[in-house]
Amino acid sequence: MAVRRSDPSEMRLSEKFWQVSWSMILLLCLVAAVGLAMLYSAANGSWEPWATRHVIRFAVGMVILLSVAVVDIRFWLRYAYVFYFVSLFLLAAVEIMGITGMGAQRWLDLGLFQLQPSEIMKVTLVLALARYFHSIDLEDVGKITYLIVPLALILAPAGLVLRQPDLGTAILLLFGGGALFLLAGVRLWKLAFLFFGALAVIPVAWQFLHGYQKKRILVFLDPESDPLDAGYHIMQSKIALGSGGIFGKGFLQGSQSHLNFLPEKHTDFIFTMLAEEFGLVGGLGLIGLYLLLVVYGFAIALQSRSHFGRLAALGLTTTFFLYFFINIAMVAGLIPVVGVPLPLVSYGGTAMLTLMFSFGIIMGVYVHRDQRIGRRWASQVE
Amino acid sequence: MLFSALVGRLYYLQITEADRYTMLAEDNRISLRLLPPPRGRIVDRHGVPIALNQPNYRAVLVSELTPDLGATLSSLENVLPISERERRRILREIRRKRSFVPVTIKENLDWDDVARIEVNAPSLPGVSIEVGQSRYYPFAEAAGHVLGYVAAVSEEEQGADPLLKLPEFRIGKNGVEKTYDLALRGKAGSSHIEVDALGRVIRELERNEGQSGQELVLTIDSGLQDYIVHRLEGLSASAVVMDTLSGEVLALVSTPGFDPNAFNKGLSEETWRNLVSNSRSPLVNKSISGQYAPGSTFKMMVALAALEGGIITPDQRFLCEGYVELGDSWFHCWKEKGHGSVDMVSALQQSCDVYFYEVARRTGIDRISEMARRFGMGTKLGIDIPSERDGLIPTRDWKLAVIGSSWQLGETLLAGIGQGYVLSTPLQLAVMTARLVNGGVAVEPHVTHDLVEGESALRRPDPAFPDLGISSASLAVVKKGMDAVANTPQGTAFRARINEKGKEMGGKTGTAQVRRISKWERESGVLKNRQRPWEERDHALFVGYAPYQNPRFVVSVVVEHGGGGSKVAAPLGRDILLETQRRIGGEGQTAVAGDEPARRDG
Repeated sequence: MAVRRSDPSEMRLSEKFWQVSWSMILLLCLVAAVGLAMLYSAANGSWEPWATRHVIRFAVGMVILLSVAVVDIRFWLRYAYVFYFVSLFLLAAVEIMGITGMGAQRWLDLGLFQLQPSEIMKVTLVLALARYFHSIDLEDVGKITYLIVPLALILAPAGLVLRQPDLGTAILLLFGGGALFLLAGVRLWKLAFLFFGALAVIPVAWQFLHGYQKKRILVFLDPESDPLDAGYHIMQSKIALGSGGIFGKGFLQGSQSHLNFLPEKHTDFIFTMLAEEFGLVGGLGLIGLYLLLVVYGFAIALQSRSHFGRLAALGLTTTFFLYFFINIAMVAGLIPVVGVPLPLVSYGGTAMLTLMFSFGIIMGVYVHRDQRIGRRWASQVE
Repeated sequence: MLFSALVGRLYYLQITEADRYTMLAEDNRISLRLLPPPRGRIVDRHGVPIALNQPNYRAVLVSELTPDLGATLSSLENVLPISERERRRILREIRRKRSFVPVTIKENLDWDDVARIEVNAPSLPGVSIEVGQSRYYPFAEAAGHVLGYVAAVSEEEQGADPLLKLPEFRIGKNGVEKTYDLALRGKAGSSHIEVDALGRVIRELERNEGQSGQELVLTIDSGLQDYIVHRLEGLSASAVVMDTLSGEVLALVSTPGFDPNAFNKGLSEETWRNLVSNSRSPLVNKSISGQYAPGSTFKMMVALAALEGGIITPDQRFLCEGYVELGDSWFHCWKEKGHGSVDMVSALQQSCDVYFYEVARRTGIDRISEMARRFGMGTKLGIDIPSERDGLIPTRDWKLAVIGSSWQLGETLLAGIGQGYVLSTPLQLAVMTARLVNGGVAVEPHVTHDLVEGESALRRPDPAFPDLGISSASLAVVKKGMDAVANTPQGTAFRARINEKGKEMGGKTGTAQVRRISKWERESGVLKNRQRPWEERDHALFVGYAPYQNPRFVVSVVVEHGGGGSKVAAPLGRDILLETQRRIGGEGQTAVAGDEPARRDG
C-alpha cells in the first residue's frame, strides 16, 4: 500500500480505499469472530438471539468504519465541537426523557432504534480534546489556565453520565480524557495533582453514588462477605476463570456459563466465558489480538503529520485499551464490577457501532497521515 | 505494565489456583443424591415372604410444565378426589418450591387411580406418576409382633448416616425389623447429577445403585403363626411354639395384634388412639413382654428343687384334705374336698396344691428360685426381638432389698403354686418346658434362621447349649407327671388330650389368680369365673410338648382372664401342638435343629 502519495486532500475516493490498512480490518474481523463464537455458545449453541445480530451489527459497523475512514480528517476537526455539544445535549436529554434499563437511565428512544449517547460521547470527547490541544501553542500546554477548558470538556459529560448512573462510562471518559492530557504534553505531575485532588473529592462523590454502586464497590473489596447476592457475580466469574485452566473446558462445554452460574455471560462477563471454554490460551489469545490493535493504533498516531490526527488516534486507541482492560480486570476480580462491556465481543449495538466509528476515525487518520493541518486552520475556515 | 497485571492475574487464576476453582466449579455443577437401597426381604422358615417391598405409586405435579394450574387441578379432581385441605397444601407447596420441583399430590395410589390418571394424561399437563418402594406385610396382623414395623425416622434417631435424612426413608421400629435393621437397610446408592444455578436437574452423570439389604430368614412358620392367630381370635392371649433342641421359635403370637402395614403410611390419629387405649393392649407383644403368675405351671420347678435338694423322694406321699393351716392362715387346694394321699407324679397329674404347699415349705424359697432361674425364669432370655421382659423369681434377699421386709413362710407356700411374687413371660414358660423335656439342656430361643446376602448365608452357628446338670432321674419323674396330665383320666388336661398315634402330648395346666380370694368370699361360695368381671377373672395357662415319647416341640399358652387352665388353655395348646406336628412333622429332626437349610421348601 505504500505507493508514493500525492496530497491527501486531493486523493480520489478509490485512492483513499487503497490506503486503508486491511491488516487492521482483518484484526477487527478476528476479534468480532471471537465475539460471534462466544455469543453462539452463550445461547447454548444457537444463532439466536445474539450471534446473528452481532454479525449484522459488525457488518453495518464495517460500512461505517470505511465511510468514516475516507472522510477528510479536517471535517472531523472542523466539526469536533459541534459533535461534542450535540452529544452533550443528547446526554442531557437522556436525563429528561431516557429509558431506564438495568436500573439506570442510559437509553434514548429514537423510534427506529435506541441510542446510548454516553457511548457516542466517548468518541466526540476525544475529538473535541484533540481539536483543543491541536489549536493551542505547545508552550501554552504548560500553563494551568489553558487546562481549564479541556477539564470542563471532560467533567461536564462525566458528571452527566455518573448521574444516569453509569460508573463504567464515567471512568472511561475520565481516564480517556486524562490520557489525552498526558499525550498532548501536559506534565505528569499536574495530572497527578489533579488525580489526588480527585481522590480528595471521593468522599463527596460517594454521596452521589447509587446504592447498588456503593454495594458493588464494597463487595469488590470483600467478595466473600456477600456470596449469594452481589458478591455472587465476582465469585462465580472467578470460579469460571480458574476452572478453565490452561486449555479450557472446550467450546460449548463451560459448565459455569451453560448452567447459568455465570451472570450476564453475553455482555459484561463474556470474557469469563471465553476463558472458561478456551482457558488461559484463549484468554491470552484475545488479549493478544487487542494488543495488536492497540499497537496499530499507536503506530498510526505516530505516523500522522497533523497534531489533531495524532491526538485523535492516540486518544481513541487509549479509550479502546481502557475499554477492554477495565472489562477483563473487572471479570478477573482485579477491580470492582463497573459495567464496561468487552469491545467488539460483548453483545450491544451502540457500543459496537461507536467502536467501529472510532476505528473509522483511526483509519481516517491513517489514510490522511500525510495531511498537514495548520494550528489555526479550523478557526480560519470558520 | 497494565498488560502484565492482566496476564499475571489470569495466570494466577487459571494456573496457580486452577485446581481450587475447578473443584468449586464441580461443586456448583454436580450435586449428589442418595438412592435409598431396597430393604431386605424377610421370609419364614419355608421361604414364604412375610415382609417385602411393593411399588408405591404417587402422583406428582411439576408446576412449570402446566400452563394453567387451576385448570389442571380441577381436571385432576375429576379423576382423583382431592379434599379442600389437600388442595390448599398442594398450592402452598407449589408456591414455596421452585417451579421444576415435583410436588406430591397424593401418595399410595391404587392401580385404578394410576390407570385413570394415565388415561387422562392429555388433560393433565405436568402431572406424572412416580414409583417408590414401600414395605408390605402380607400376613398383616398375624406377624406384626414378630416383625415389628418400619416408619419414618424420628428426630432423635437422626445420626451420621445421610440416608436417614431422606424423607421417604423408613427404619425398623420394632420386632426383627428393629433388631436386624442395619442388615436389612443395605447400602445407599448414589446419583451424581448435573444441576444449573437454580438447582434444576440437567442430566445424570453417574449412578451407583447401591446394595439392597440382606434377606432375613426367620424360624417362624408363617402358616402355623397364622393358624394360631385365628385360633386365639377374640382373646387377649399369647402363645409360643418352640423347637425343644434348637431353640427355634416356630410361632410367637400375641392377640389382639396390629397391622404393621398401617405404620409406614403414617397412622391416623384415630387408629393410634384406638391402639393405645385398647384395654387388651394390641401394641404389647404379650408373649415376651407380658408377665404373669405362672400358677401351677411353676410346680415342676418346685418338684425339681425338692428332688435335687434331696428334700423328698418321688414316692413320698402327703395327705391333701383340701387345705393346710399355717399360723392363723388357711391355704386352700383348688379341689375343695382334697386329693387324699398323693405322691409327686399324681400331684403333678392332678395339680394338687396342698402337696406343693408342703414340698415348698420343706424346700424353701431360695432353692426353688435357684432352680427356676436355671430354667430361664426371672431374666431375659435374649430372644432377638426387642422389649423382652424379665419376669420375677423372688428370693429372701430380693424381698428385703426391694420390698423392705423379711420373707414370710406363707409366701413360700404361695410361690410353691406359682402365685405371690412369681412372674414369668409366656416365652419363659416355653423355654422352661423345653429344658425340662430335652434332657436338661439350656436351650435358648431365637427367631432368625440366617441372614442371606447374595449367595452367602450368614448361618447361625449350630447351637451348643450347656447342660443344666440336673439328674435325669429327677427330670424323668417330673416328665412322668406331665405325661400323665394329658394322658391319664385324672390328669387336668385329659379332656384336651391328643388321640392321634405318635403325636400325643404331655404338659401342665395352670390357673393364675389375679386377686386374692378373701375368707368371706370363700365362705359365701367362690364365684365362678364367668360370674366375675373380665378384669377379675383368672388367667388360664398351659405348657405342653409333643410327641410325649420324644418331645420335639413345646408350646406355652396364656389366656388373660380366660378362666381355668384345663378348660381354656389346654385345648388351645392341644390344637397348636397338633397343627405344629402336622405342618412340620414331615421335616427331619435334623432340619429343625438347623443343620440343613429348612427354608425354601421344594
